[in-house]
Amino acid sequence: MFRITKKTLLAPNIYLMDVYAPRIAKAAKPGQFLIVRVHEKGERIPLTICDYNVEEGTVTIVTQTVGASTNLICAKEEGDAFLDVVGPLGRPSEFVEETLDDLKSKKILFVAGGVGTAPVYPQVKWLHQQGVDVDVIIGAKSKEHIILNEQMSAIAKNVYIATDDGSLGTKGLVTTVLTDLIENKGKAYDVVVAIGPMIMMKFVSLTTKKYNIKTIVSLNTLMVDGTGMCGACRVSVGEKILFTCVDGPEFDGHLVNFDEAMRRQIMYKSAEGQKLRKQEKESDESCQCEK
Amino acid sequence: MANKIPRIPVREQDPNIRRTNFEEVSYGYNSEEAMLEATRCLNCKKPKCVTACPVSINIPAFIQEIAKGNFVDAAKVIAADSSLPAVCGRVCPQESQCEGDCILGVKSEPVAIGKLERFIGDYANENQLNLAEVAAPNGFKVAIIGSGPAGLACATDLAKIGYEVKIFEALHKAGGVLEYGIPEFRLPKEKVVKAEIDNVRRLGVKIETDVVIGRTVTIDELINEEGYHAVFVGSGAGLPKFMDIPGENLNGVVSANEFLTRTNLMKAYDESYDTPIFVGSNVVVVGGGNVAMDAARTAARLGANVTVVYRRSKTELPARVEEVHHAEEEGIVFKLLTNPTEIIGDEKGWVKAIKCIKMDLGEPDASGRRRPIEVPNSEFEVKTDVVIMSLGTSPNPLISTTTPGLNLNKWQCIIADEKGQTTREGVFAGGDAVTGAATVILAMGAGRVAAKSIDEYIKDKYQN
Ligand SMILES: Cc1cc2nc3c(=O)[nH]c(=O)nc-3n(C[C@H](O)[C@H](O)[C@H](O)COP(=O)(O)OP(=O)(O)OC[C@H]3O[C@@H](n4cnc5c(N)ncnc54)[C@H](O)[C@@H]3O)c2cc1C
Ligand SMILES: Cc1cc2nc3c(=O)[nH]c(=O)nc-3n(C[C@H](O)[C@H](O)[C@H](O)COP(=O)(O)OP(=O)(O)OC[C@H]3O[C@@H](n4cnc5c(N)ncnc54)[C@H](O)[C@@H]3O)c2cc1C
Ligand code: SF4
Ligand code: SF4
Ligand code: FES
Repeated sequence: MFRITKKTLLAPNIYLMDVYAPRIAKAAKPGQFLIVRVHEKGERIPLTICDYNVEEGTVTIVTQTVGASTNLICAKEEGDAFLDVVGPLGRPSEFVEETLDDLKSKKILFVAGGVGTAPVYPQVKWLHQQGVDVDVIIGAKSKEHIILNEQMSAIAKNVYIATDDGSLGTKGLVTTVLTDLIENKGKAYDVVVAIGPMIMMKFVSLTTKKYNIKTIVSLNTLMVDGTGMCGACRVSVGEKILFTCVDGPEFDGHLVNFDEAMRRQIMYKSAEGQKLRKQEKESDESCQCEK
Repeated sequence: MANKIPRIPVREQDPNIRRTNFEEVSYGYNSEEAMLEATRCLNCKKPKCVTACPVSINIPAFIQEIAKGNFVDAAKVIAADSSLPAVCGRVCPQESQCEGDCILGVKSEPVAIGKLERFIGDYANENQLNLAEVAAPNGFKVAIIGSGPAGLACATDLAKIGYEVKIFEALHKAGGVLEYGIPEFRLPKEKVVKAEIDNVRRLGVKIETDVVIGRTVTIDELINEEGYHAVFVGSGAGLPKFMDIPGENLNGVVSANEFLTRTNLMKAYDESYDTPIFVGSNVVVVGGGNVAMDAARTAARLGANVTVVYRRSKTELPARVEEVHHAEEEGIVFKLLTNPTEIIGDEKGWVKAIKCIKMDLGEPDASGRRRPIEVPNSEFEVKTDVVIMSLGTSPNPLISTTTPGLNLNKWQCIIADEKGQTTREGVFAGGDAVTGAATVILAMGAGRVAAKSIDEYIKDKYQN
């Protein structure tokens, strides 16, 4: 059983949970994800592995409620269990494979948006433990939606905050801060890692392209199996069509076709889809189909 | 002789009713029908049907028992060679295997071996017969990767002779394609798949779901840390192919695997389940195999008007004759000698049509089938909301890339000899992972062959 050993509220609608899954805890590396199924009739929901503890056999997930299934996940309490948890899935972050000298020679900036701050945290922590210090930009709607600020400040060289309403840090978007750092603060970066909503990753990538800074993004496409079997997660990266669950989830942000990826993400949600689904039901009724 | 009786027809759900539900199409024989059909078998001395069955079930022997009304004994005969009779009786391409070589087929119709096997399989499951005998534990552990027919068959044979066997399955449910691919209306999940898997469990086989070998744990770790003496890889061929034509990433284009996984494994056709599915009013399925038929018939049941587009002619359709026939009865339209060239989207990026070109058959190609060639200037559009790509699958590289010494051929299939031995000591493989997409019974056959090799390998290595 995949028992929840700890649950904390990080921000409105964002919960952190430690889940007992010893096999995953042992194998996990930064950048990977897992899939949760809450109950017998539930969907398979992908979530980033935000941290892992081999001794205790637990993995940490941070979930934002955006719909029915994430609501079900967040409704679980300490002591409850998930029906299925499978992982770690996807490839580990590129930097896990790099030599320490290589890493130390690079200036790395992380850009985290909303719940995306959670997966950024273990990467920064891992690098910090290797003696590599990095800068971090965290963006969110307002002060109360900023998560892991203090924890991040303890391990990153600099943490910059951007909020839409200016209630904390710079008023504006993460890209406002990014541009300011480069244009006015004399910062130079070799690599930017952006994790957050697709739209944020798109604009970070557009910004860094101007300055020719290599950019890595972590895509949260639709998924079903997460093992390369269905193709629901496919994305266009440069000339190629790749599967996020096995080839990713991290890709070169300058090559990802974000517009297509954002459009595909709403395939089962958009007004168009709902309309069509409703039409389907109506036509079902007219042909007396039993459901 | 008794074979004067014509083959007993099998009762089926009416096409107009069944295209609105997910219940099984074929009802199968009842005991009277089965016993009557069984009397048709000549009990041949050199039964050609047996040689044509990839797992060599003693067909005349079990049929004789049916004729006498000894259903339990019939089940025992089958159990000696197959752990999945209720599955194989339903989905084997019998017309090209056992029944294809039945002597009666020369002058009239072959014995309905598949339907009889299904009858016994169902009888055994309904009466919870406990048939297999299990030897005392021999102290050796074998890990099986994948719970499809190959893995289940390998596990069954090894458990019977005393091995401690554990199956590791990546998905949350056991069964492989039987669970996620083949639809409910051809292969009921609770009544048949689960029942047969429970029989395998009853032999002492453990199944751990939610473990992706190569990610959660590697083959090396299974051998070095978890103490397995040998490993069997039955991971199937699940990686879907796409056509590489413009528009393939539009909303509404899905692989048959995605479409079928949503309906079968995730039960999207049942509204009480959370996983959504998108069908629209018109669906085009590209491809002509069993998988394409399953996708088409599933889409029809979800309320769509369905067209199958296939680039060769009807005689080349790779799907089973019975499935094509069922699909036609259910109102699926076939556009043959037609190949898609582009998928066209609306201004919001949803599919609105598929552009196709007419094909002609030219000279035979390497596979012996006449190669389709495009007819110049014959392009036309078919209006559709959804396109389901059913162009075949290949083995997933997850295991090979994480197992040093496990080599692949140029089709990405694991290299294994006729005994199931791979290029890596102690690691055996079989089923679709080795052959590419094939059939349930071939996968089972390969699993059984590998079980024998694994037994020899372990005895050789540890008991001498
Ligand atoms: C590799 C990966 C890692 C992820 N990591 C996390 C994580 O650490 N924490 C977390 O909270 N979420 C994460 N997600 C996103 C999470 O899986 C989705 O939020 C979830 O599937 C939505 O399900 P739902 O039923 O609650 O919402 P739905 O009812 O399905 O959708 C609600 C809304 O969310 C949008 N949506 C649907 N699926 C996704 C998706 N995959 N990504 C983004 N938006 C989506 C829909 O367009 C809709 O507007 C990750 C996704 C992937 C693929
Ligand atoms: C839609 C459809 C219809 C078909 N219809 C027929 C038919 O009518 N008759 C017929 O004879 N054949 C049919 N087939 C083909 C038949 O189902 C397959 O040939 C057969 O299932 C292959 O068995 P297998 O055990 O090799 O692999 P599979 O059945 O594919 O099982 C492999 C299992 O391994 C698991 N796995 C994969 N990778 C890993 C990993 N890394 N770690 C752990 N587990 C893993 C998979 O999740 C899967 O459960 C059909 C196939 C499909 C897709
Ligand atoms: S297993 Fe398949 S081929 Fe063998 S007898 Fe049964 S139906 Fe025929
Ligand atoms: S070949 Fe036909 S008639 Fe002969 S034993 Fe087999 S099933 Fe019976
Ligand atoms: S989620 Fe199915 S292939 Fe990636």
